[in-house]
Amino acid sequence: MAEKINNRSALLNPFSKENPVIVQILGICSVLAVTAKLEPAIVMGISVTAVLAFSNVIISLLRNTIPTNIRIIVQLVVVAGLVVIVDQLLKAFAYDASKQLSVFIGLIITNCILMGRLEAFAMANKPWPSFLDGVGNGIGYGIILVIVGFIRELFGSGTLLGYQVIPQAAYEAGYVNNGLMILPPMALIVVACIIWVHRSGNKELQEN
Amino acid sequence: MENLNLFIRSIFVDNMIFAYFLGMCSFLAVSKNVKTAFGLGIAVTFMLVITLPINYLLETYVLRAGALKWLGAEFADVDLSFLSLIMFIAVIASMTQLVEMTVEKYSPSLYSSLGIFLPLIAVNCAILGGSLFMQQRGFDSILTAGCAGAGWGLGWLLAICAIAAIRERLAQYSNIPAPLRGTGITFIVTALMGIAFMSFLGIKI
Repeated sequence: MAEKINNRSALLNPFSKENPVIVQILGICSVLAVTAKLEPAIVMGISVTAVLAFSNVIISLLRNTIPTNIRIIVQLVVVAGLVVIVDQLLKAFAYDASKQLSVFIGLIITNCILMGRLEAFAMANKPWPSFLDGVGNGIGYGIILVIVGFIRELFGSGTLLGYQVIPQAAYEAGYVNNGLMILPPMALIVVACIIWVHRSGNKELQEN
Repeated sequence: MENLNLFIRSIFVDNMIFAYFLGMCSFLAVSKNVKTAFGLGIAVTFMLVITLPINYLLETYVLRAGALKWLGAEFADVDLSFLSLIMFIAVIASMTQLVEMTVEKYSPSLYSSLGIFLPLIAVNCAILGGSLFMQQRGFDSILTAGCAGAGWGLGWLLAICAIAAIRERLAQYSNIPAPLRGTGITFIVTALMGIAFMSFLGIKI
């Protein structure tokens, strides 16, 4: 029974209390770069979740055989292998999305969430909890990505997933898209607002 | 002359932090005071200057489609570009290890001041990002790759020193709402600096 609760918290904690992006401050680069539109944000969230879950399992299976001196290289090679698979799959089945994400798929390798979770969790736990932890953190990351992508695409281009959401009548009445939202710095401000809201609700996370 | 232009462009216009948001994790985590920020900036610059030319050689003579022609005619249509991610990260990780060992042996004082940051650099997105941009833009000589690396490194150094200086003052003199303290306000300051750096976009050199 004790293990069940453990598994559960491994999966659910990263959604809010230990969210990798807004609490652990990992993997910020891609959050900022791919969220100008909603679609690449979703693709990126799914890719990271897949890579994170499977690399967690592999490293957790190998954890007793990896010499500590070279563990970073081993981890990087495992992650890089998985990222190459994801990259090739995206090029084959979702070419447009892969073009939009360009170098950022490759940069999943150096996404700090991966190294952080591998070091902190997979090196010390069994494969199944590690898998759940990977899925949990991937989804926690994806949630933030989708929220930021949603806000930026809605206010920046008036569309969602490429479909017009704000009615034409609004534009005729004088509504204008906020061009600032498309620019990368706005992603930082949106994330800062999410942090603000989140920490107002979770007082124990506030810094001095 | 072209390389000099590229060097200056890489510092200001294509700044790693403010234009591409690469290397954000260590940028946010290690910018609490100027001294350590400067040390990390130097280490990142150094790694970019070393790894970009090495990866350029790898890309040109091993990985690119038809790059293996020098081995003989039967290798002329081999395309290994799908391996580039693994090769690049392996070069970066092993160079990090090598630099760490060299610095430890010949300059223990530098090692003790940089010590903790050196292993972290292997997973700094700015380094791998530099190599991927090099591949994507098809730089045409090893010198070009070196200049771009130096420019990106110095741009990163500039950015992290600036934010560290601002954060030092912020922590002392300002009354920020509690939920925004620390991380939140750093995000906003970075965003404002990013908007300021966008003014460089219009400059043609």
